[in-house]
Amino acid sequence: MMRAVDAIMECLKAEGVDVVFGYPGGANLPTYDAFVDAGIHHILVRHEAGGGHAAEGYAKATGRVGVVFATSGPGATNIVTPLTDAMMDSVPLVAFTGQVRTELLGTDGFQEADTFGITMPIVKHSFVIQHPAEIPRVVHEAFHIARTGRPGPVLVDIPQDLSRAEIDYQPVEDVHLPGYQPTVDGNSKQIRLAAKALANARRPVVYAGGGVVSAEASEELTELVLTGNLPTTTTLMGLGTLSAEHKQWLGMLGMHGTRTANYAMDEADLIVAVGARFDDRITGKLSEFAPRAKFIHIDIDPAEISKNVPAHIPIVGDAKRILARLVQEYRALDPDAARLAGWWERIDHWRAQYPLRYDDTADTEIKPQYLVQALYEATNRGDCILSSDVGQHQMWAAQFFGFSKPRRWINSGGLGTMGFGLPAAIGAAVGCPDVPSVLLTGDGSFQMNIQELGTARQFDVPVKCVIMDNGYLGMVRQWQELFWDRRYSNVDMGSYPDWVKLAEAYGATGVLLTDKTTLVDDLRTALATPGPVVIDVKVTREENTYPMIAPGAAAREMVG
Amino acid sequence: MGEPGTKEILSLEELEASAGVRTGRKHILSILVENKPGVLTRIAGLFARRGFNIDTLAVGPTDDPTLSRITLTLDGAMHPIDQVTKQLHKLVNVIKIRDLEPTETVARELALFKISADGSSRAEVMQMVDIFRGRIIDVAKRSVIVEVTGSWEKIEAFERMVRPFGLIEMARTGEIAISRGRGET
Repeated sequence: MMRAVDAIMECLKAEGVDVVFGYPGGANLPTYDAFVDAGIHHILVRHEAGGGHAAEGYAKATGRVGVVFATSGPGATNIVTPLTDAMMDSVPLVAFTGQVRTELLGTDGFQEADTFGITMPIVKHSFVIQHPAEIPRVVHEAFHIARTGRPGPVLVDIPQDLSRAEIDYQPVEDVHLPGYQPTVDGNSKQIRLAAKALANARRPVVYAGGGVVSAEASEELTELVLTGNLPTTTTLMGLGTLSAEHKQWLGMLGMHGTRTANYAMDEADLIVAVGARFDDRITGKLSEFAPRAKFIHIDIDPAEISKNVPAHIPIVGDAKRILARLVQEYRALDPDAARLAGWWERIDHWRAQYPLRYDDTADTEIKPQYLVQALYEATNRGDCILSSDVGQHQMWAAQFFGFSKPRRWINSGGLGTMGFGLPAAIGAAVGCPDVPSVLLTGDGSFQMNIQELGTARQFDVPVKCVIMDNGYLGMVRQWQELFWDRRYSNVDMGSYPDWVKLAEAYGATGVLLTDKTTLVDDLRTALATPGPVVIDVKVTREENTYPMIAPGAAAREMVG
Repeated sequence: MGEPGTKEILSLEELEASAGVRTGRKHILSILVENKPGVLTRIAGLFARRGFNIDTLAVGPTDDPTLSRITLTLDGAMHPIDQVTKQLHKLVNVIKIRDLEPTETVARELALFKISADGSSRAEVMQMVDIFRGRIIDVAKRSVIVEVTGSWEKIEAFERMVRPFGLIEMARTGEIAISRGRGET
């Protein structure tokens, strides 16, 4: 016999979990008692939202399942945002929430919330423990569901009294879920048809998304792209799946993507979508999206196929396996490489005519885009895991920071969660201690989970936080300037707090940088400082993120 | 377009997309689910958040106590049914979904009608019940309660016929359905 909470620890270890993020409270006291002897590293965050995002950052950086613990009621409602974020970006996460005693369920007991009901639309699956004996099996099922198929968050809600029970613990060897059998092997006939379509295409574009990261299929993607000399763009979530150094790389596509990538999509005759979901930030006006193209759509989630854009050759399955076979089939057809000469000529013309650009300053003022470039240099050409928050700084990072590998760019894409960055960067640093973890954030976003500086300091997580500080909620300000007649409403954040003092209050190092001419060296020095560092970089206050497809407009109407 | 593996020319023009089709007819989905707490909530929640409209919904046990069957009907003119079924399939507790072919399916609904029936109209109401092979299951001084079983269309027709007499109340179960022949639904 064993306490159910000790069985949870055994299950976590069996799943290979060595670190979790969380916050104790009344309803999960039994679980926290089990942590004392479990030998699992528990990182005490300062807010459950920080715990959820840290688990996300850990999962995104490592590819393993992130784990977060929270208590009932407010603890559970505080992880609603990270759960939604993980659902939107397909992040494997298991969240354990405490719940009031079963006799109190439904009575509006102290710290009772309908966690199952509240989180139902934002999790891949959820379990409410009904009997202590089922706990071990449920924990393994939760991990299985979180990491397989299209990854996502799974919630396990455990009433306090059930977690205190003694159970007859037997290790669980197998997981069988009759209603959950993801398709992994793509249909061979469809793969052959896709190869053939690709071999016959004269204006093909590969459009890769975050699914390529989840599937660990970057190598296979790269091989396909280089084999076929195929023009390739990625979504915000797919950055790094094809190294930015390859000449086939057209840059990111979508609202703030490159003109080259968006124009190529617009004129393509065949688009190969891999692990991407045709989000509105990609397609712009749907009826005018890639009007000349046929679509090959590779995705592990059948519900994504033809959800927004009808697929001509759908292939459901694991991108890694499918791409490997697609390359083989493509090679076997021995396509005429010269058929793409005209297409490349057109693309190179766009590249020359419309590079990413900005007007740099002639004095010491720091342009935000320059800050991203300087950070790239100061990190030895991007040798770090770069996390970001949400807003202008995120888009400039995506545009100007060259990513050469997957899992080196961690941001909140689908949900666009301000406050994601700091905890995510902490999670990434904990998961990958050998790679520098750098956060590029805005002065708005950073304040949404600023309390996690305490976590970083207490647990010696050497995260380097670079604040692109313009004193504005910059992206909202930009939209008010462009689409609301420059009537600024509640976007000026002033210059609060004093970031250096705040960093010092947390026992971290604070640095203020204002001079462009020494920026790269100053950043290098700050990044080399041990422990958590907050680097406040004052940048041009009113700078816009360009180019841009206005909301609801078509790709060829890009401005700026 | 020739076999996929051959070098025969494939014209991209020939490729057709076949998804997202609105069929324009009523669909009956028979959904086998695990008999666990919260399953119905998950299905109802999914429909609400994806903007799918359920016309009728019936839930009940099956011959296997670990499974329940949900029969729901929806309008194929309003929704691409393939997207509905694919989203349903993502629910871990959903085991099997069948979009029942109308001609290969037997579907029935039970309805109860409380109808004003005093003096002169009572005979006429009873005649109508007879024609529709319904049954009068309760009689009061000025009203009757009628039970009618049949297809959705038959229930609709009965409602239209008795409404002029004064329809006080109506309760319907929503259709349940099962496929014809030996094979399992």
